Amino acid sequence: MRQLLLRRLAQAIPTIWVIATLTFVLLRLAPGGPFDEEVEVPDEIRAQMAAHYGLDQPLPLQYLRFLGNLLRGDLGPSFKYPGWNVHELIAQGIPVSLELGLLAMIVAFALGIPAGIIAALCHRRIGDSAVMLFALLGICLPSFVLAPLLLLVFSSWLGWFQPLGWSTAGDRVLPMLTLGLFYAAYIARLSRSGMLEVLQQDYIRTARAKGASEHRVILIHATRTALYPVVTFLGPAFAGVISGSFVIETIFFLPGLGTQFVNAALNRDYTMVMGTVLFYAALILAFNLLADLIQAWLQPKTRDANR
Amino acid sequence: MPIDKVKATPRLGWQSLRGHPTALIALAVFLLIVLLCLLGPLFASQSFADGDLSIGATPPSANHWFGTDTLGRDLWVRTLYGGRISIAVGFAASLVALGVGLLYGMIAGYAGGRLDAWMMRFVDVLYALPFIIIVILLTVILGRSLLLLFIAIGLVEWLTMARIVRGEVRRLKQQAFVEAARACGAKVPRIFLRHLLPNLLAPVIVYTTLTIPAVMLLESVLSFLGLGVQPPMSSWGSLIKEGAERLDVYPWMLLFPALFFATTLLTLNFLGDALRDILDPRGNDGA
Repeated sequence: MRQLLLRRLAQAIPTIWVIATLTFVLLRLAPGGPFDEEVEVPDEIRAQMAAHYGLDQPLPLQYLRFLGNLLRGDLGPSFKYPGWNVHELIAQGIPVSLELGLLAMIVAFALGIPAGIIAALCHRRIGDSAVMLFALLGICLPSFVLAPLLLLVFSSWLGWFQPLGWSTAGDRVLPMLTLGLFYAAYIARLSRSGMLEVLQQDYIRTARAKGASEHRVILIHATRTALYPVVTFLGPAFAGVISGSFVIETIFFLPGLGTQFVNAALNRDYTMVMGTVLFYAALILAFNLLADLIQAWLQPKTRDANR
Repeated sequence: MPIDKVKATPRLGWQSLRGHPTALIALAVFLLIVLLCLLGPLFASQSFADGDLSIGATPPSANHWFGTDTLGRDLWVRTLYGGRISIAVGFAASLVALGVGLLYGMIAGYAGGRLDAWMMRFVDVLYALPFIIIVILLTVILGRSLLLLFIAIGLVEWLTMARIVRGEVRRLKQQAFVEAARACGAKVPRIFLRHLLPNLLAPVIVYTTLTIPAVMLLESVLSFLGLGVQPPMSSWGSLIKEGAERLDVYPWMLLFPALFFATTLLTLNFLGDALRDILDPRGNDGA
Protein backbone atom coordinates (compact mmCIF):
# COMPACT_ATOMS: atom_id res chain seq x y z
CA MET A 1 0.00 0.00 0.00
CA ARG A 2 2.77 2.42 0.87
CA GLN A 3 4.63 1.40 -2.29
CA LEU A 4 1.57 2.29 -4.31
CA LEU A 5 1.25 5.63 -2.56
CA LEU A 6 4.89 6.50 -3.19
CA ARG A 7 4.74 5.43 -6.81
CA ARG A 8 1.65 7.51 -7.46
CA LEU A 9 3.18 10.53 -5.73
CA ALA A 10 6.30 10.13 -7.85
CA GLN A 11 4.03 10.33 -10.92
CA ALA A 12 1.88 13.19 -9.65
CA ILE A 13 4.63 15.67 -8.86
CA PRO A 14 6.24 15.69 -12.33
CA THR A 15 2.74 15.91 -13.80
CA ILE A 16 2.01 19.10 -11.87
CA TRP A 17 5.39 20.47 -12.87
CA VAL A 18 4.78 19.79 -16.57
CA ILE A 19 1.31 21.35 -16.42
CA ALA A 20 2.71 24.37 -14.58
CA THR A 21 5.45 24.80 -17.17
CA LEU A 22 3.05 24.35 -20.07
CA THR A 23 0.62 26.94 -18.73
CA PHE A 24 3.48 29.33 -18.02
CA VAL A 25 4.85 29.02 -21.56
CA LEU A 26 1.41 29.19 -23.16
CA LEU A 27 0.47 32.33 -21.28
CA ARG A 28 3.73 34.07 -22.15
CA LEU A 29 3.15 33.17 -25.80
CA ALA A 30 -0.36 34.58 -25.72
CA PRO A 31 -0.89 37.62 -27.91
CA GLY A 32 -1.38 40.88 -26.07
CA GLY A 33 -0.38 41.76 -22.55
CA PRO A 34 -2.52 41.21 -19.49
CA PHE A 35 -3.08 44.97 -19.20
CA ASP A 36 -4.57 45.50 -22.65
CA GLU A 37 -7.57 47.62 -21.80
CA GLU A 38 -9.84 49.74 -23.88
CA VAL A 39 -8.14 52.84 -22.48
CA GLU A 40 -4.72 53.66 -23.89
CA VAL A 41 -2.18 53.63 -21.02
CA PRO A 42 0.98 55.79 -21.20
CA ASP A 43 4.20 53.86 -21.64
CA GLU A 44 5.62 54.88 -18.24
CA ILE A 45 2.59 53.54 -16.41
CA ARG A 46 2.68 50.37 -18.45
CA ALA A 47 6.36 49.90 -17.53
CA GLN A 48 5.55 50.53 -13.88
CA MET A 49 2.78 47.97 -13.91
CA ALA A 50 5.04 45.46 -15.62
CA ALA A 51 7.68 46.08 -12.97
CA HIS A 52 5.10 45.71 -10.22
CA TYR A 53 4.10 42.29 -11.53
CA GLY A 54 7.70 41.31 -12.27
CA LEU A 55 7.08 41.11 -16.01
CA ASP A 56 10.12 43.25 -16.89
CA GLN A 57 12.58 40.57 -15.84
CA PRO A 58 14.11 38.00 -18.17
CA LEU A 59 11.87 35.02 -18.87
CA PRO A 60 13.98 32.33 -17.15
CA LEU A 61 14.03 34.43 -13.98
CA GLN A 62 10.25 34.94 -14.21
CA TYR A 63 9.86 31.19 -14.60
CA LEU A 64 12.02 30.40 -11.58
CA ARG A 65 10.19 32.96 -9.47
CA PHE A 66 6.90 31.49 -10.61
CA LEU A 67 7.99 27.99 -9.64
CA GLY A 68 9.34 29.22 -6.30
CA ASN A 69 6.08 30.98 -5.51
CA LEU A 70 4.15 27.92 -6.60
CA LEU A 71 6.01 25.80 -4.05
CA ARG A 72 4.82 28.14 -1.35
CA GLY A 73 1.28 27.95 -2.67
CA ASP A 74 1.43 31.52 -3.95
CA LEU A 75 -0.13 31.80 -7.39
CA GLY A 76 0.58 35.48 -7.85
CA PRO A 77 -1.70 38.51 -8.10
CA SER A 78 -4.88 38.55 -10.16
CA PHE A 79 -4.53 40.80 -13.18
CA LYS A 80 -8.16 41.85 -13.25
CA TYR A 81 -8.94 42.18 -9.56
CA PRO A 82 -6.20 44.50 -8.32
CA GLY A 83 -5.22 43.90 -4.73
CA TRP A 84 -6.34 40.27 -4.78
CA ASN A 85 -4.05 37.30 -5.01
CA VAL A 86 -5.16 34.32 -7.04
CA HIS A 87 -4.95 31.94 -4.10
CA GLU A 88 -7.18 34.24 -2.06
CA LEU A 89 -9.78 34.21 -4.82
CA ILE A 90 -9.55 30.42 -5.05
CA ALA A 91 -9.90 30.12 -1.28
CA GLN A 92 -13.09 32.14 -1.54
CA GLY A 93 -14.66 30.01 -4.19
CA ILE A 94 -13.55 26.53 -3.27
CA PRO A 95 -15.82 25.86 -0.24
CA VAL A 96 -18.92 26.29 -2.38
CA SER A 97 -17.51 24.22 -5.24
CA LEU A 98 -16.28 21.42 -3.00
CA GLU A 99 -19.58 21.18 -1.18
CA LEU A 100 -21.49 21.14 -4.46
CA GLY A 101 -19.10 18.56 -5.92
CA LEU A 102 -19.30 16.22 -2.94
CA LEU A 103 -23.10 16.47 -2.78
CA ALA A 104 -23.28 15.70 -6.49
CA MET A 105 -21.00 12.70 -6.06
CA ILE A 106 -23.22 11.45 -3.24
CA VAL A 107 -26.28 11.85 -5.49
CA ALA A 108 -24.50 10.06 -8.31
CA PHE A 109 -23.41 7.05 -6.28
CA ALA A 110 -26.45 6.85 -4.00
CA LEU A 111 -28.83 6.84 -6.95
CA GLY A 112 -26.67 5.12 -9.54
CA ILE A 113 -25.54 2.03 -7.64
CA PRO A 114 -28.95 0.85 -6.36
CA ALA A 115 -30.53 1.63 -9.73
CA GLY A 116 -27.90 -0.39 -11.54
CA ILE A 117 -28.18 -3.35 -9.16
CA ILE A 118 -31.96 -3.36 -9.41
CA ALA A 119 -31.72 -3.23 -13.20
CA ALA A 120 -29.35 -6.20 -13.19
CA LEU A 121 -31.60 -8.20 -10.89
CA CYS A 122 -34.60 -7.72 -13.19
CA HIS A 123 -32.50 -8.27 -16.27
CA ARG A 124 -34.55 -7.99 -19.47
CA ARG A 125 -37.69 -7.15 -17.56
CA ILE A 126 -39.59 -3.93 -17.05
CA GLY A 127 -37.45 -2.66 -14.16
CA ASP A 128 -34.32 -3.08 -16.23
CA SER A 129 -35.72 -1.23 -19.21
CA ALA A 130 -37.06 1.59 -17.07
CA VAL A 131 -33.74 2.17 -15.34
CA MET A 132 -31.81 1.97 -18.60
CA LEU A 133 -34.19 4.38 -20.30
CA PHE A 134 -33.64 6.92 -17.54
CA ALA A 135 -29.91 6.31 -17.71
CA LEU A 136 -29.93 6.98 -21.44
CA LEU A 137 -31.93 10.17 -20.93
CA GLY A 138 -29.59 11.27 -18.16
CA ILE A 139 -26.58 10.76 -20.39
CA CYS A 140 -28.04 12.48 -23.44
CA LEU A 141 -29.61 15.46 -21.66
CA PRO A 142 -26.81 17.94 -21.11
CA SER A 143 -26.91 19.60 -17.70
CA PHE A 144 -27.52 22.99 -19.29
CA VAL A 145 -30.81 21.68 -20.65
CA LEU A 146 -31.75 19.74 -17.54
CA ALA A 147 -31.04 22.61 -15.13
CA PRO A 148 -33.44 25.12 -16.74
CA LEU A 149 -36.11 22.43 -16.96
CA LEU A 150 -35.77 21.57 -13.27
CA LEU A 151 -35.77 25.28 -12.45
CA LEU A 152 -38.95 25.76 -14.45
CA VAL A 153 -40.78 22.93 -12.73
CA PHE A 154 -39.55 23.15 -9.14
CA SER A 155 -38.85 26.84 -8.86
CA SER A 156 -41.23 28.70 -11.17
CA TRP A 157 -44.23 26.37 -11.14
CA LEU A 158 -44.09 24.62 -7.79
CA GLY A 159 -42.12 27.28 -5.94
CA TRP A 160 -40.29 24.73 -3.81
CA PHE A 161 -36.80 26.12 -4.25
CA GLN A 162 -35.14 29.46 -4.84
CA PRO A 163 -33.84 29.78 -8.40
CA LEU A 164 -30.44 31.01 -7.19
CA GLY A 165 -28.34 31.50 -4.09
CA TRP A 166 -26.42 29.26 -1.74
CA SER A 167 -27.64 30.02 1.77
CA THR A 168 -30.27 27.48 2.83
CA ALA A 169 -30.26 23.70 2.54
CA GLY A 170 -32.98 23.98 -0.10
CA ASP A 171 -30.65 25.98 -2.32
CA ARG A 172 -28.42 22.93 -2.62
CA VAL A 173 -31.05 20.55 -3.94
CA LEU A 174 -31.36 21.57 -7.57
CA PRO A 175 -27.66 22.22 -8.26
CA MET A 176 -26.59 18.91 -6.71
CA LEU A 177 -29.29 17.03 -8.60
CA THR A 178 -28.44 18.50 -12.00
CA LEU A 179 -24.76 17.93 -11.48
CA GLY A 180 -25.18 14.46 -10.02
CA LEU A 181 -27.85 12.95 -12.27
CA PHE A 182 -25.60 12.63 -15.31
CA TYR A 183 -23.08 10.60 -13.33
CA ALA A 184 -25.84 8.67 -11.59
CA ALA A 185 -26.93 7.55 -15.07
CA TYR A 186 -23.41 6.54 -15.97
CA ILE A 187 -22.84 4.73 -12.68
CA ALA A 188 -26.15 2.90 -13.07
CA ARG A 189 -24.92 1.52 -16.38
CA LEU A 190 -21.57 0.56 -14.90
CA SER A 191 -22.97 -1.19 -11.85
CA ARG A 192 -25.61 -2.95 -13.95
CA SER A 193 -23.05 -4.49 -16.29
CA GLY A 194 -20.73 -5.27 -13.37
CA MET A 195 -23.55 -7.01 -11.53
CA LEU A 196 -24.69 -8.97 -14.58
CA GLU A 197 -21.20 -10.27 -15.08
CA VAL A 198 -20.68 -11.23 -11.46
CA LEU A 199 -24.01 -13.03 -11.15
CA GLN A 200 -22.81 -15.59 -13.69
CA GLN A 201 -19.65 -16.41 -11.76
CA ASP A 202 -19.14 -19.79 -10.20
CA TYR A 203 -18.67 -18.48 -6.70
CA ILE A 204 -22.16 -16.99 -6.77
CA ARG A 205 -23.58 -20.38 -7.66
CA THR A 206 -21.48 -21.87 -4.85
CA ALA A 207 -22.83 -19.33 -2.40
CA ARG A 208 -26.37 -20.15 -3.44
CA ALA A 209 -25.68 -23.88 -3.36
CA LYS A 210 -24.43 -23.77 0.18
CA GLY A 211 -27.73 -22.18 1.12
CA ALA A 212 -26.92 -18.53 1.54
CA SER A 213 -30.03 -16.39 1.38
CA GLU A 214 -30.59 -14.42 -1.81
CA HIS A 215 -30.12 -11.15 0.08
CA ARG A 216 -26.80 -12.35 1.39
CA VAL A 217 -25.67 -13.52 -2.02
CA ILE A 218 -26.50 -10.21 -3.64
CA LEU A 219 -25.43 -7.82 -0.93
CA ILE A 220 -22.36 -9.58 0.44
CA HIS A 221 -20.99 -11.81 -2.29
CA ALA A 222 -21.90 -10.14 -5.52
CA THR A 223 -21.96 -6.44 -4.76
CA ARG A 224 -18.41 -6.16 -3.58
CA THR A 225 -17.01 -7.47 -6.85
CA ALA A 226 -19.68 -5.89 -9.00
CA LEU A 227 -18.84 -2.45 -7.70
CA TYR A 228 -15.23 -2.71 -8.78
CA PRO A 229 -15.79 -0.98 -12.15
CA VAL A 230 -17.81 1.64 -10.30
CA VAL A 231 -14.93 2.40 -7.97
CA THR A 232 -12.56 2.85 -10.91
CA PHE A 233 -15.02 5.48 -12.06
CA LEU A 234 -14.49 7.53 -8.86
CA GLY A 235 -11.57 9.44 -10.33
CA PRO A 236 -13.17 10.31 -13.68
CA ALA A 237 -16.43 11.16 -11.91
CA PHE A 238 -14.66 13.67 -9.70
CA ALA A 239 -12.94 15.30 -12.68
CA GLY A 240 -16.29 15.38 -14.45
CA VAL A 241 -18.05 16.94 -11.48
CA ILE A 242 -15.43 19.67 -11.43
CA SER A 243 -15.88 20.50 -15.09
CA GLY A 244 -19.64 20.13 -14.77
CA SER A 245 -19.62 22.68 -11.99
CA PHE A 246 -18.67 25.41 -14.50
CA VAL A 247 -22.09 25.15 -16.09
CA ILE A 248 -24.07 24.48 -12.92
CA GLU A 249 -22.52 27.32 -10.96
CA THR A 250 -23.14 29.68 -13.87
CA ILE A 251 -26.79 28.68 -14.18
CA PHE A 252 -27.55 28.90 -10.47
CA PHE A 253 -25.31 31.96 -9.89
CA LEU A 254 -23.28 30.18 -7.21
CA PRO A 255 -20.23 32.00 -5.85
CA GLY A 256 -17.92 29.03 -6.46
CA LEU A 257 -14.60 28.42 -8.14
CA GLY A 258 -16.29 27.32 -11.37
CA THR A 259 -17.96 30.69 -11.80
CA GLN A 260 -14.69 32.41 -10.99
CA PHE A 261 -12.83 30.30 -13.54
CA VAL A 262 -15.35 31.01 -16.28
CA ASN A 263 -15.34 34.73 -15.49
CA ALA A 264 -11.55 34.77 -15.46
CA ALA A 265 -11.58 33.09 -18.87
CA LEU A 266 -14.14 35.59 -20.19
CA ASN A 267 -12.07 38.52 -18.85
CA ARG A 268 -8.83 36.89 -19.96
CA ASP A 269 -7.43 37.24 -16.45
CA TYR A 270 -4.29 35.24 -17.26
CA THR A 271 -2.93 34.63 -13.79
CA MET A 272 -6.31 33.67 -12.41
CA VAL A 273 -6.91 31.18 -15.23
CA MET A 274 -3.44 29.70 -14.83
CA GLY A 275 -3.73 29.48 -11.05
CA THR A 276 -7.13 27.84 -11.23
CA VAL A 277 -5.98 25.31 -13.81
CA LEU A 278 -3.04 24.36 -11.61
CA PHE A 279 -5.26 24.14 -8.59
CA TYR A 280 -7.71 21.90 -10.42
CA ALA A 281 -4.85 19.69 -11.59
CA ALA A 282 -3.58 19.28 -8.04
CA LEU A 283 -7.08 18.61 -6.72
CA ILE A 284 -7.82 16.00 -9.35
CA LEU A 285 -4.49 14.25 -8.90
CA ALA A 286 -5.02 14.15 -5.14
CA PHE A 287 -8.46 12.69 -5.61
CA ASN A 288 -7.24 10.12 -8.13
CA LEU A 289 -4.66 9.04 -5.59
CA LEU A 290 -7.40 8.58 -3.03
CA ALA A 291 -9.47 6.62 -5.54
CA ASP A 292 -6.49 4.39 -6.33
CA LEU A 293 -6.03 3.64 -2.66
CA ILE A 294 -9.69 2.73 -2.22
CA GLN A 295 -9.44 0.51 -5.29
CA ALA A 296 -6.34 -1.22 -4.02
CA TRP A 297 -7.99 -1.78 -0.69
CA LEU A 298 -11.02 -3.36 -2.35
CA GLN A 299 -9.09 -5.48 -4.80
CA PRO A 300 -6.07 -7.38 -3.50
CA LYS A 301 -5.04 -8.23 -7.06
CA THR A 302 -4.11 -4.65 -7.97
CA ARG A 303 -2.62 -4.19 -4.54
CA ASP A 304 -0.18 -7.00 -5.21
CA ALA A 305 0.40 -6.12 -8.86
CA ASN A 306 1.57 -2.70 -7.83
CA ARG A 307 4.07 -3.99 -5.39
CA MET B 1 8.36 -15.70 -35.51
CA PRO B 2 5.41 -18.04 -35.54
CA ILE B 3 2.74 -17.12 -38.01
CA ASP B 4 -0.28 -16.32 -35.95
CA LYS B 5 -3.76 -16.18 -37.25
CA VAL B 6 -4.52 -12.66 -38.33
CA LYS B 7 -8.12 -11.78 -37.99
CA ALA B 8 -9.41 -10.22 -41.18
CA THR B 9 -10.35 -6.61 -40.75
CA PRO B 10 -14.13 -6.55 -40.63
CA ARG B 11 -15.70 -4.76 -43.54
CA LEU B 12 -18.15 -1.97 -43.09
CA GLY B 13 -21.16 -1.87 -45.33
CA TRP B 14 -24.91 -1.80 -45.44
CA GLN B 15 -24.87 -5.54 -44.89
CA SER B 16 -23.30 -5.20 -41.49
CA LEU B 17 -25.65 -2.44 -40.38
CA ARG B 18 -28.66 -4.56 -41.25
CA GLY B 19 -28.44 -6.43 -37.98
CA HIS B 20 -28.64 -3.16 -36.09
CA PRO B 21 -32.01 -1.55 -36.79
CA THR B 22 -31.49 1.15 -34.16
CA ALA B 23 -28.24 2.13 -35.84
CA LEU B 24 -29.97 2.39 -39.22
CA ILE B 25 -32.73 4.54 -37.77
CA ALA B 26 -30.14 6.64 -35.97
CA LEU B 27 -28.19 7.10 -39.20
CA ALA B 28 -31.36 8.09 -41.08
CA VAL B 29 -32.40 10.60 -38.42
CA PHE B 30 -28.92 12.06 -38.27
CA LEU B 31 -28.73 12.44 -42.06
CA LEU B 32 -32.15 14.05 -42.01
CA ILE B 33 -30.98 16.60 -39.46
CA VAL B 34 -27.83 17.30 -41.47
CA LEU B 35 -29.87 17.78 -44.65
CA LEU B 36 -32.30 20.08 -42.87
CA CYS B 37 -29.45 22.19 -41.50
CA LEU B 38 -27.78 22.40 -44.91
CA LEU B 39 -30.82 23.00 -47.09
CA GLY B 40 -33.42 24.45 -44.74
CA PRO B 41 -32.00 27.97 -44.48
CA LEU B 42 -31.85 28.23 -48.31
CA PHE B 43 -35.64 28.24 -48.49
CA ALA B 44 -36.17 30.63 -45.59
CA SER B 45 -37.29 34.19 -46.14
CA GLN B 46 -35.23 35.51 -43.22
CA SER B 47 -31.54 35.14 -42.56
CA PHE B 48 -30.33 34.05 -39.13
CA ALA B 49 -29.39 37.58 -38.09
CA ASP B 50 -32.44 39.47 -39.43
CA GLY B 51 -35.06 40.18 -36.83
CA ASP B 52 -38.32 42.02 -36.69
CA LEU B 53 -38.01 43.91 -33.43
CA SER B 54 -41.65 44.96 -33.55
CA ILE B 55 -42.90 41.41 -33.02
CA GLY B 56 -40.33 40.36 -30.39
CA ALA B 57 -40.64 36.81 -29.12
CA THR B 58 -43.65 35.06 -30.60
CA PRO B 59 -44.73 31.46 -30.13
CA PRO B 60 -44.58 29.02 -33.08
CA SER B 61 -46.88 30.05 -35.91
CA ALA B 62 -47.39 29.46 -39.62
CA ASN B 63 -44.86 32.18 -40.48
CA HIS B 64 -42.30 31.18 -37.90
CA TRP B 65 -42.48 27.45 -37.36
CA PHE B 66 -40.37 27.49 -34.24
CA GLY B 67 -41.45 30.98 -33.13
CA THR B 68 -39.09 33.93 -32.82
CA ASP B 69 -36.59 35.01 -30.20
CA THR B 70 -36.64 38.25 -28.22
CA LEU B 71 -35.14 40.18 -31.14
CA GLY B 72 -37.82 38.82 -33.48
CA ARG B 73 -35.39 36.51 -35.27
CA ASP B 74 -36.82 33.38 -36.77
CA LEU B 75 -35.96 30.44 -34.54
CA TRP B 76 -36.37 27.78 -37.24
CA VAL B 77 -33.64 29.44 -39.29
CA ARG B 78 -31.48 30.08 -36.25
CA THR B 79 -31.81 26.50 -35.06
CA LEU B 80 -30.75 25.18 -38.47
CA TYR B 81 -27.88 27.66 -38.71
CA GLY B 82 -26.84 26.72 -35.20
CA GLY B 83 -26.93 23.10 -36.30
CA ARG B 84 -24.60 23.88 -39.19
CA ILE B 85 -22.07 25.39 -36.80
CA SER B 86 -22.41 22.68 -34.17
CA ILE B 87 -22.14 19.86 -36.69
CA ALA B 88 -19.31 21.60 -38.54
CA VAL B 89 -17.38 22.05 -35.30
CA GLY B 90 -18.07 18.42 -34.47
CA PHE B 91 -16.68 17.14 -37.75
CA ALA B 92 -13.83 19.61 -38.18
CA ALA B 93 -12.49 19.22 -34.68
CA SER B 94 -12.84 15.45 -34.91
CA LEU B 95 -10.79 15.51 -38.12
CA VAL B 96 -8.08 17.55 -36.42
CA ALA B 97 -8.14 15.05 -33.56
CA LEU B 98 -8.07 12.17 -36.00
CA GLY B 99 -5.06 13.52 -37.90
CA VAL B 100 -2.98 14.46 -34.89
CA GLY B 101 -3.89 11.38 -32.89
CA LEU B 102 -3.29 8.99 -35.76
CA LEU B 103 0.15 10.34 -36.54
CA TYR B 104 1.18 10.65 -32.90
CA GLY B 105 -0.08 7.22 -31.99
CA MET B 106 1.51 5.55 -35.02
CA ILE B 107 4.88 7.12 -34.35
CA ALA B 108 4.81 6.26 -30.65
CA GLY B 109 3.57 2.73 -31.22
CA TYR B 110 5.93 1.96 -34.07
CA ALA B 111 9.01 3.50 -32.49
CA GLY B 112 8.48 1.81 -29.15
CA GLY B 113 11.14 2.04 -26.47
CA ARG B 114 12.06 5.28 -24.85
CA LEU B 115 10.48 7.59 -27.44
CA ASP B 116 7.17 5.78 -26.99
CA ALA B 117 7.45 6.00 -23.22
CA TRP B 118 8.06 9.76 -23.30
CA MET B 119 5.38 10.45 -25.87
CA MET B 120 2.81 8.51 -23.89
CA ARG B 121 3.91 10.10 -20.63
CA PHE B 122 3.11 13.47 -22.20
CA VAL B 123 -0.36 12.23 -23.12
CA ASP B 124 -0.83 10.99 -19.56
CA VAL B 125 0.06 14.42 -18.20
CA LEU B 126 -2.54 16.15 -20.34
CA TYR B 127 -5.02 13.46 -19.39
CA ALA B 128 -4.71 14.57 -15.79
CA LEU B 129 -6.94 17.53 -16.60
CA PRO B 130 -10.51 17.38 -17.86
CA PHE B 131 -10.56 18.27 -21.56
CA ILE B 132 -12.79 21.28 -21.05
CA ILE B 133 -10.26 22.92 -18.74
CA ILE B 134 -7.54 22.60 -21.37
CA VAL B 135 -9.87 23.90 -24.06
CA ILE B 136 -10.83 26.89 -21.91
CA LEU B 137 -7.14 27.56 -21.29
CA LEU B 138 -6.50 27.36 -25.04
CA THR B 139 -9.39 29.68 -25.90
CA VAL B 140 -8.09 32.21 -23.38
CA ILE B 141 -4.70 32.13 -25.04
CA LEU B 142 -5.71 31.76 -28.67
CA GLY B 143 -8.67 34.12 -28.60
CA ARG B 144 -12.25 33.44 -29.49
CA SER B 145 -12.90 32.77 -33.13
CA LEU B 146 -14.65 29.87 -34.75
CA LEU B 147 -11.49 28.56 -36.40
CA LEU B 148 -9.55 28.72 -33.16
CA LEU B 149 -12.39 26.88 -31.47
CA PHE B 150 -12.02 24.03 -33.98
CA ILE B 151 -8.31 23.94 -33.32
CA ALA B 152 -8.55 24.15 -29.54
CA ILE B 153 -11.04 21.31 -29.34
CA GLY B 154 -9.14 19.23 -31.89
CA LEU B 155 -5.93 19.77 -29.94
CA VAL B 156 -7.51 18.11 -26.93
CA GLU B 157 -9.55 15.32 -28.40
CA TRP B 158 -6.58 13.72 -30.15
CA LEU B 159 -5.30 12.35 -26.86
CA THR B 160 -7.62 9.36 -26.73
CA MET B 161 -7.16 8.70 -30.43
CA ALA B 162 -3.40 8.62 -29.94
CA ARG B 163 -3.74 6.07 -27.15
CA ILE B 164 -6.00 3.81 -29.18
CA VAL B 165 -3.85 3.97 -32.31
CA ARG B 166 -0.67 3.38 -30.36
CA GLY B 167 -2.12 0.28 -28.73
CA GLU B 168 -3.23 -1.12 -32.08
CA VAL B 169 0.08 -0.35 -33.78
CA ARG B 170 1.99 -2.09 -31.03
CA ARG B 171 -0.16 -5.15 -31.56
CA LEU B 172 0.10 -5.06 -35.37
CA LYS B 173 3.83 -4.41 -35.36
CA GLN B 174 4.46 -7.87 -33.97
CA GLN B 175 2.55 -9.62 -36.70
CA ALA B 176 4.15 -11.46 -39.56
CA PHE B 177 3.01 -9.22 -42.39
CA VAL B 178 4.67 -6.15 -40.94
CA GLU B 179 7.80 -8.17 -40.28
CA ALA B 180 7.70 -9.38 -43.88
CA ALA B 181 7.25 -5.89 -45.26
CA ARG B 182 10.22 -4.71 -43.26
CA ALA B 183 12.28 -7.68 -44.42
CA CYS B 184 11.48 -6.75 -48.02
CA GLY B 185 12.96 -3.35 -47.37
CA ALA B 186 9.79 -1.29 -47.23
CA LYS B 187 10.38 2.20 -45.89
CA VAL B 188 8.58 3.43 -42.78
CA PRO B 189 6.07 5.72 -44.58
CA ARG B 190 5.11 2.82 -46.81
CA ILE B 191 4.62 0.52 -43.85
CA PHE B 192 2.49 3.18 -42.19
CA LEU B 193 0.32 3.81 -45.22
CA ARG B 194 0.04 0.40 -46.85
CA HIS B 195 0.31 -2.01 -43.97
CA LEU B 196 -0.69 -0.34 -40.74
CA LEU B 197 -3.31 2.20 -41.78
CA PRO B 198 -5.77 -0.22 -43.42
CA ASN B 199 -5.70 -2.34 -40.29
CA LEU B 200 -6.26 0.65 -38.08
CA LEU B 201 -9.40 1.75 -39.89
CA ALA B 202 -11.86 -0.17 -37.74
CA PRO B 203 -10.96 1.23 -34.32
CA VAL B 204 -10.30 4.66 -35.82
CA ILE B 205 -13.71 4.85 -37.48
CA VAL B 206 -15.43 3.71 -34.31
CA TYR B 207 -13.64 6.18 -32.16
CA THR B 208 -14.12 9.07 -34.59
CA THR B 209 -17.86 8.43 -34.63
CA LEU B 210 -17.86 8.64 -30.86
CA THR B 211 -15.63 11.73 -30.87
CA ILE B 212 -18.06 13.79 -32.94
CA PRO B 213 -20.82 13.91 -30.31
CA ALA B 214 -18.24 14.45 -27.56
CA VAL B 215 -16.86 17.42 -29.48
CA MET B 216 -20.33 18.81 -30.11
CA LEU B 217 -21.09 18.58 -26.41
CA LEU B 218 -17.84 20.35 -25.59
CA GLU B 219 -18.59 23.10 -28.11
CA SER B 220 -22.08 23.60 -26.77
CA VAL B 221 -20.84 23.84 -23.19
CA LEU B 222 -18.29 26.45 -24.24
CA SER B 223 -20.89 28.40 -26.21
CA PHE B 224 -23.24 28.12 -23.28
CA LEU B 225 -20.60 29.66 -21.04
CA GLY B 226 -20.02 32.43 -23.58
CA LEU B 227 -16.56 31.12 -24.47
CA GLY B 228 -17.47 29.52 -27.79
CA VAL B 229 -19.39 30.81 -30.78
CA GLN B 230 -19.93 34.56 -30.49
CA PRO B 231 -23.16 36.41 -31.40
CA PRO B 232 -24.80 37.12 -33.79
CA MET B 233 -23.80 33.65 -34.94
CA SER B 234 -25.57 30.84 -33.21
CA SER B 235 -24.70 27.31 -32.32
CA TRP B 236 -26.99 24.92 -30.51
CA GLY B 237 -25.11 25.69 -27.31
CA SER B 238 -25.63 29.46 -27.55
CA LEU B 239 -29.28 29.03 -28.58
CA ILE B 240 -29.88 26.78 -25.59
CA LYS B 241 -28.26 29.41 -23.39
CA GLU B 242 -30.59 32.11 -24.74
CA GLY B 243 -33.53 29.79 -24.30
CA ALA B 244 -32.55 28.76 -20.79
CA GLU B 245 -32.43 32.37 -19.67
CA ARG B 246 -36.03 32.98 -20.71
CA LEU B 247 -37.49 29.56 -20.17
CA ASP B 248 -40.44 30.54 -18.00
CA VAL B 249 -41.65 33.18 -20.47
CA TYR B 250 -40.66 31.86 -23.89
CA PRO B 251 -40.26 28.08 -23.47
CA TRP B 252 -40.04 27.44 -27.22
CA MET B 253 -36.70 29.24 -27.31
CA LEU B 254 -35.20 26.37 -25.33
CA LEU B 255 -37.37 23.55 -26.59
CA PHE B 256 -36.46 23.43 -30.28
CA PRO B 257 -32.68 23.86 -30.12
CA ALA B 258 -32.50 21.45 -27.19
CA LEU B 259 -34.59 18.89 -29.04
CA PHE B 260 -32.38 19.04 -32.13
CA PHE B 261 -29.24 18.93 -30.07
CA ALA B 262 -30.26 16.02 -27.86
CA THR B 263 -31.52 14.04 -30.87
CA THR B 264 -28.26 14.55 -32.73
CA LEU B 265 -26.19 13.46 -29.74
CA LEU B 266 -28.39 10.44 -29.24
CA THR B 267 -28.22 9.29 -32.86
CA LEU B 268 -24.45 9.72 -33.07
CA ASN B 269 -23.95 7.78 -29.86
CA PHE B 270 -26.21 4.97 -31.09
CA LEU B 271 -24.32 4.89 -34.36
CA GLY B 272 -20.95 4.81 -32.65
CA ASP B 273 -22.01 1.98 -30.34
CA ALA B 274 -23.35 -0.06 -33.25
CA LEU B 275 -20.19 0.49 -35.28
CA ARG B 276 -18.16 -0.65 -32.31
CA ASP B 277 -20.22 -3.82 -32.14
CA ILE B 278 -19.69 -4.48 -35.84
CA LEU B 279 -16.07 -3.48 -36.30
CA ASP B 280 -14.54 -4.16 -32.96
CA PRO B 281 -16.40 -7.03 -31.39
CA ARG B 282 -13.70 -7.61 -28.83
CA GLY B 283 -14.84 -4.37 -27.24
CA ASN B 284 -11.28 -3.40 -26.56
CA ASP B 285 -10.56 0.26 -26.12
CA GLY B 286 -6.95 -0.07 -27.11
CA ALA B 287 -5.66 1.21 -23.80
